Amino acid sequence: MSKYYLNYLDELESEAIYILREVWAQFQNPVILFSGGKDSILVTHLARKAFYPSKIPFPLLHVDTGHNFPETIQFRDELIEALGVQLIVGSVQESIDTGRVAEEKGKNATRNALQITTLLDAIESNKIDCAIGGGRRDEEKARAKERFFSHRDDFGQWDPKNQRPELWNLLNGKHFEGEHFRAFPISNWTEMDVWNYIKREDIKIPSLYLAHQREVVWRNDSWIPVSEFLKLDENEKIESKKIRFRTLGDITITGGIESDADTLEKIVVEVAAMKQTERGNRSDDKRSETAMEDRKRQGYF
Amino acid sequence: MEIDKNQLLRFTTAGSVDDGKSTLIGRLLYDSKAIFEDQLEAIENTSRKKGHEGVDLALFTDGLRDEREQGITIDVAYRYFTTPKRKFIIADTPGHIQYTRNMVTGASTANAALILIDARHGVIEQTKRHAFIASLLQIPHIIVCINKMDLVDYSEEVYEKIINQFEEFSSKLYVKDIQFLPISALDGDNVVNRSKNMDWYKGAPLLYTLETMHISSDINKIDARFPVQTVLRPQREGFIDYRGYAGRVASGIFRPGDDVVVLPSGFTSKIKGIDTMDGSLEEVFAPMSVAISLEDDIDISRGDMIVKENNQPKALQEFDAMLCWFNNSPARPRAKYTIVHTSNEQKAMIKEVVYKIDINTYAREEEDKELKMNDIARISIRTTRPLMVDEYRDNRLTGSFVLIDDATHETVAAGMIV
Ligand SMILES: Nc1nc2c(ncn2[C@@H]2O[C@H](COP(=O)(O)OP(=O)(O)O)[C@@H](O)[C@H]2O)c(=O)[nH]1
Ligand SMILES: [Mg+2]
Repeated sequence: MSKYYLNYLDELESEAIYILREVWAQFQNPVILFSGGKDSILVTHLARKAFYPSKIPFPLLHVDTGHNFPETIQFRDELIEALGVQLIVGSVQESIDTGRVAEEKGKNATRNALQITTLLDAIESNKIDCAIGGGRRDEEKARAKERFFSHRDDFGQWDPKNQRPELWNLLNGKHFEGEHFRAFPISNWTEMDVWNYIKREDIKIPSLYLAHQREVVWRNDSWIPVSEFLKLDENEKIESKKIRFRTLGDITITGGIESDADTLEKIVVEVAAMKQTERGNRSDDKRSETAMEDRKRQGYF
Repeated sequence: MEIDKNQLLRFTTAGSVDDGKSTLIGRLLYDSKAIFEDQLEAIENTSRKKGHEGVDLALFTDGLRDEREQGITIDVAYRYFTTPKRKFIIADTPGHIQYTRNMVTGASTANAALILIDARHGVIEQTKRHAFIASLLQIPHIIVCINKMDLVDYSEEVYEKIINQFEEFSSKLYVKDIQFLPISALDGDNVVNRSKNMDWYKGAPLLYTLETMHISSDINKIDARFPVQTVLRPQREGFIDYRGYAGRVASGIFRPGDDVVVLPSGFTSKIKGIDTMDGSLEEVFAPMSVAISLEDDIDISRGDMIVKENNQPKALQEFDAMLCWFNNSPARPRAKYTIVHTSNEQKAMIKEVVYKIDINTYAREEEDKELKMNDIARISIRTTRPLMVDEYRDNRLTGSFVLIDDATHETVAAGMIV
């Protein structure tokens, strides 16, 4: 066989770099949406590669729910320092305090939906015309139809039935004042690809992804970490388990799994044998069959 | 698992409504264990609500709310699965004529197309359309899956008859590699596992065919083309004078020391270095993303193309192309559009519709020249400045373009240069 072909990880990397460079070339004021999760860490790593030997030429935007794993914030700040790029923070707490949104009530309340307003406000006030996200098409069925360049109207909304066709590698980022785009450079990666690549590149990730002994509560079929925001029910009890997280979100609803995987090698093996999707542990997606599509239409990540 | 060598294969599926595309994809994903338990559970629930017995694997690909409600696929949905040999990306596109544009979109990046035929109905008008689009978009490999063999008693005769029907019209098309396969997507015969019901079929099942298909030669390695996306000028310590031209190799091979020309300016230079964050490279080929630096200080910007001195594309301001119209509003005669070709952008005007093609019969239509949604036509186009083009047949990336309507910013057409 010819030696002139790429393996699939190199091809995915090259595609992502191409998309990131298109964003930079086609938009005035792009940002990377940085959540502290592995997908946004990966996108940031790919952006370093895309612009090397230059620094990443645009800021990172963190939509801060206020319900963070403390490690996430520390990780974020260290990364920003190392990259030498600007950080913009959009605060959900501030959106609540200023009356832009109202906190959900009840035991399963989350700040997930509230992030939409904070995100759109941050996009507007910072005049951002493209927000680069770590969304992947394999995550969820509504995401399976996302384009690399995804148009949002001036209310920040997505219209899945009126998307611009993307042929070959030609991406159309043209937009009117007030509209913006979301760009998804790792659209074609699966969870398995992400882990294989993180391992191959030895990318630094928060220790939350690795199994550790943690204080947790069994709720909604997963282990919810104990935090200052967690209100215990009468029949719930705190236990200590060896836990790791497959995704990181709002700490009050992100469930961990019992695991012994405390190295990247072990995670790759574990993910390969996984029987549940990573979003299976997030109660926000369990609300209805079309929960993600509904949130995305409104302007979610 | 030797993932270091595994390649990526992209394929599309085409077939008319109910030929079994969604079921086939569901079957591939299910049998290669790419469906997770919670996804399966969700499908089982929906199947039950709809009164199906068992699991309807088709539900796995029918993603958006409207589609689930109507039970049809209305847009391109992407699916992923991996085997120990390859990673696969499926573009699942609906087959109905009003979705021609989606099929064209899915086909534009595909290495292979699966064309489904219902064994009970044989070749129908839509089959011809699907084969036409696959050949128009120059998908290198076509696999014709004759599905629902369980409903024709797994008959070899029926299978052979359909192959003959297909070959009768496909001889008029330009296709590099075509194969036929008798399958039952519902039961899984010849999908992942060899069928026990069709001893007469000696070929490999579908998955094996996809896993072993030779795709390294699908990319043009002769004509070196490097469209510049953006210029990297770090202006920081260690790189004060560095100027890197960032881009993705469209075709061919580049090495340091190569004599190159920058188009359209025509300035010549030599490649000084090919750089990535992981170090400098001795050789690059498609589809690698790198930064190229040159020996000489010349003015290069986005939209320029670096090529080899002894092998250059044509600089054309007027050319013919096969165009597929994507938009609800028809093409406006002699109106200006933005043409996007590689990383270059110009204004363009459709000078003439030479003929439209009836994609069901392949007949040329020279009277009605209005380009409406999903129409395919040969057109003459004129641009404000020359574009550096190759014929689509030789080079998918430097031979293709899209048109954007400046009034709406929508992508209204895709073209292939002839
Ligand atoms: N008997 C039989 N039925 C099939 C087969 N493949 C698909 N079907 C059925 O044909 C119908 C349409 O299938 P679907 O996958 O939705 O077709 P699509 O419109 O091409 O996506 C469904 O009821 C399937 O169960 C097959 O191989 N044998
Ligand atoms: Mg279908």
